[in-house]
Parts: sequence; structure tokens; C-alpha cells
Amino acid sequence: MSLINNRLVVKTGMSKNFRYVLIHLFFLAIVVACVAQAQAQMPTKTASQRLVLTGSSTIAPLAGEIARRFESLHPGVRIDVQTGGSSRGIHDVRKGIAAIGMVSRALKPDEADLQAFTIAQDGISIIVHAGNPVITLSRKQIADIYTGRITHWNAAGGTDARITVVNKAEGRSTLELFLDYLQLKNSEIKPHVIIGDNAQGIKTVIGNPHAIGYVSIGAAEYEARRGAPVRLLSLGGVEASVENVRQGIFPLSRPLNLVTSSEPQGLVRRFIEFARSPQVHDLVRAQYFVPVNAD
Amino acid sequence: MLTDKLLMGILRAGALMAALVMLLILIFLMHESWPALSTLSIGRFMTDASWHPLEGAYNLMPMLSGTLLASAGALLLAVPLGLASAIFIVFYAPPYPAAIYKRLIELLSGIPSVVFGFWGLTTLVPLINQWHPPGASLLAGIGVLALMILPTVTLTAYTALAAVPDELLRNAAALGLSRWGMVQGVAMPAARTGIAAGIILAAARALGETMAVLMVAGNVVQYPETLFDPVRTLAANIALETAYAMGDHRAVLFVSGLLLMLLVMALSGVAGLLEKRRHA
Repeated sequence: MSLINNRLVVKTGMSKNFRYVLIHLFFLAIVVACVAQAQAQMPTKTASQRLVLTGSSTIAPLAGEIARRFESLHPGVRIDVQTGGSSRGIHDVRKGIAAIGMVSRALKPDEADLQAFTIAQDGISIIVHAGNPVITLSRKQIADIYTGRITHWNAAGGTDARITVVNKAEGRSTLELFLDYLQLKNSEIKPHVIIGDNAQGIKTVIGNPHAIGYVSIGAAEYEARRGAPVRLLSLGGVEASVENVRQGIFPLSRPLNLVTSSEPQGLVRRFIEFARSPQVHDLVRAQYFVPVNAD
Repeated sequence: MLTDKLLMGILRAGALMAALVMLLILIFLMHESWPALSTLSIGRFMTDASWHPLEGAYNLMPMLSGTLLASAGALLLAVPLGLASAIFIVFYAPPYPAAIYKRLIELLSGIPSVVFGFWGLTTLVPLINQWHPPGASLLAGIGVLALMILPTVTLTAYTALAAVPDELLRNAAALGLSRWGMVQGVAMPAARTGIAAGIILAAARALGETMAVLMVAGNVVQYPETLFDPVRTLAANIALETAYAMGDHRAVLFVSGLLLMLLVMALSGVAGLLEKRRHA
């Protein structure tokens, strides 16, 4: 009797296990089905005209505006704009992840495999608090301040206050352009505050009357015009303004480029031509950049 | 029967997935930091001149010290304050103000960290700057972090203290203990585990907090000599540089993520150890 019972138990036990397996298989099937469906949907999405732009956070807002206008003129086209810095733009275009990279500087010699199309100009401005009496600094003075050889404003025509040096985080194209201008390495700079984006830089200077920093001229001019207590320092006798960047006389300026891996074709070509055309000059100006004259 | 098994299946799958997520994160971090770990010796992360990843200097130790100092400082401020608040709510405050006070603390815990950072950047940093420039400093980081973890400490301590069995407290009262005697002699020891768990939770949050610290701590990579020196934490380092990092730079950032993860794991290990010793 007990033997039979035992056997019975074993038998039901086996069917229990079997049912477990069945249930788990069932869930597995659902998961696999979901994944398969998701994958099946992806190619159809890319088939309906889709364009991906990645790169500089300086260009991204402008590219986003241009993309929106382009989409409204070309129904059926979807344009994705993602940020991540100029180096990401270069990287993604080379890897084929993005059709167009946004790069907020001129291409370097080792990037000659790529093609660049300038859509606008941007300048970098040195900014101080509006209460700071200093109006202009020479390149050497800026370098001395950033390397810690000048530590107080009175050595640069200001009050007897300690200078707070605001620098950008490693990898930003603004930093790269700034270092290039001063002929310095980042390790030589002795910063007191390191910031991420332009907005944080402007807020840091607004909050500290003895700070010096640098941000995109468009962003700085915009904030200054809105009444924020920041002053844009002139460089080498040239006033820091969008106008002087347009005329190409401001020393700290850079081109904003769209970058492709080969001669652009089809949709990519149409978008780049559109981004360089007078049809988007109002958008470029709205971002405080300077439009280029496409040939 | 079938519902039971179905439920069991779902629960098992859920539990498995939760565990897998943790494991996958660890594997992902290892995988992404492997290019750096395999080409650079571990010593480089401790002995390099400083942190200049684009110039091949990868010392993570100043940031590790910054992370630990900021968290420790925040705990030093938040734990006494939080405990005092919890004791006040449970044992001293009349019911109505206690309820309002607790609501306020709960509200504090719901404020997004970016808001704290913004407040720190526009108010706290200029204030410290007037006292001792540059303002963006370890002290500002500690202040903001302390505010952020205060509700965690308070609310967990409150829960632990409120869970102390009533008869313990009544017995203490019957023995003629003063209110403070009851709090520190009976309630606190009985609630010790819960309070400790809350502190560890708060410490983990402080270690990992990113945006608020990023905005106020100055982010200069160095060993701070005073409270007024700027520091960079590991989490802030990742947030500052990841978006713009490529190749080796990216890999070493994942190494700093891995280090942060190990730090939190060590913390939870210590918590487990404390627990075990208490029960032994």
C-alpha cells in the first residue's frame, strides 16, 4: 500500500515538474515573441525615411529647430537629434551609427576622412561678473590667470580680490578651442570650479563677483541682454559680440559643422543643403549664432 | 493549485530578473571598463599625477577621497539632526505639530536633487564665497548632501522608533524612568537595527548623488586641504565627462563607475556584517 502511495506521489511530483516547465516555457515564448516583434518593427521604421544626427551640444538645439522645419516641409521624414559632444559626432559618423555628425570646431588633420559642411559660426567669450571693473584682458593675462600666475584681480586692473577660475570639464569642444587659443594643456590650468555646460558656467559667474569663465558667445550675449549680471570681455581689442564673429574678426571663434563620412547623397544631401540655405538663417540667429553664406 | 503555480512562476521570474539586473549591471561595467583595466595597471589609478584622461593621467584617488569626505561630512550633519527630529516626532511633540513636522520632512525627501543643486548654486555657494572664496567647495557639497539625506535618516529612524513595542515603553515608564531615560535607555537600543539601516541607506544615497553635488562642489580633482577647497566626486566625474568621452577616456570613466559600485557594495557588506554580529 505504502509502495503504491509512494509511486503515486512520485508520479504526481513528476507531473508537477512537467507543469512548471510548461509554465516557464510559456513565459519564455511570450518574451521571445515580444522581442521578435520589436525587431520586426525596427526595419520598417528605418525604411520610412529616418535621419540620425549626433554630436555637439552647442549645435544640437539649432539642428533640432532646423530638423523640425525640414520635417514639416518633407512629410514622412523623421529626424533624430542626439547630443554627446563633437567627439561623439565624429565617432558615430565613422561607425555609421549616425548619418550626420555635429562638430563644433574645424576638423583636425586626422579627421580628413570626413567631410564637413559649416552651417554657422560660434564664438567663445570670456565672461566676468558685471560688477567687475575689468573690461578687457590680453591673451597673456588670461593665460596667467588660468595657470595661477595671477591670483588677484588687482594684477589685471581690478580690485584686490581673489580670482575664481572657472574651467570646463575635459572632453568639451569649448575647452579644446580655449586651450588651443591660449596654447596651454589642460593639466597646466589651475581651476577653482569645473563646470559642465554653458548655463552652469554663466550661473557660476553670476553667483560669484570675482569669477572668470568662458562660454559660447551666443549664450553669454543672450543672458547679458536679458539683464543677467555678466560682462563679455573684449579680446585683443575686439569686442565680444555676435556681429564680430560674423565678420570673422573675433579671435576666439569656431565653425559649427555638419559632418558626413562620404559625399552626401539623397536625404542627407537635401538636409545639409537646407541647413546651409537662407531658409534657416532666422533659426541660426535665434540661437545667437552667425549664419554662413552658402555658395 | 494552478493559480498557485502560476503565481510561483511569475514570482520566480520576477525575482530572477531583479537579481539578473544587478548582475548585468556589474558585467556591463566590467565589460565597458575592460579596455582600460587590461591595458593600464591597477596602480595607475592610484599613483598617476592627477586626472587628465586626455593626457593619459588616470588617478582616481582624489575623487575617491572627495566622495568619501563629502558623504562622511553629510552623515556627520544629517545623522544627529535626523535622529533628533525622529525622537522629537515620536516622543516629545504633541500629535498635531508632530504630524505637520513629519509631513514637512516627507516633502523634503520628495524634492528632486536638481532643485537642491540649483538652490546650492544660487544661494549657498555665493554665501560661502563671501566668507571664503571660491564658494563652490567641499563644504557646499556637504551642506547640500546633508539636506538631501536628512529625510532618509529621519523617516527610517521614525519608523524604527515608532515600531518599538508599547509595553517596553510602558514598563520603562512604570519603572519611573524619565522621558529621556526611556528614549536613550529603552527605545533607542530597541530601534538600533532600523536606525542603522536608515543611516546606511542614507550613506549609499550620499555616495551616489550626482547632480546636486556636481552643481555646488566645484569639481576640481584634488585632495581637499580645507572645507573650502573644491572637490570632485566619482559620480560627478561620470556625469561631467561621459557625454563627451570617447575610447580610453570612456573606458576609464567606466572604471570610476565600477569603483563607485564597489564602494556601495562594500557599504552594504558592512551593513550585513553589523547585522550578523548583532544577532550573534
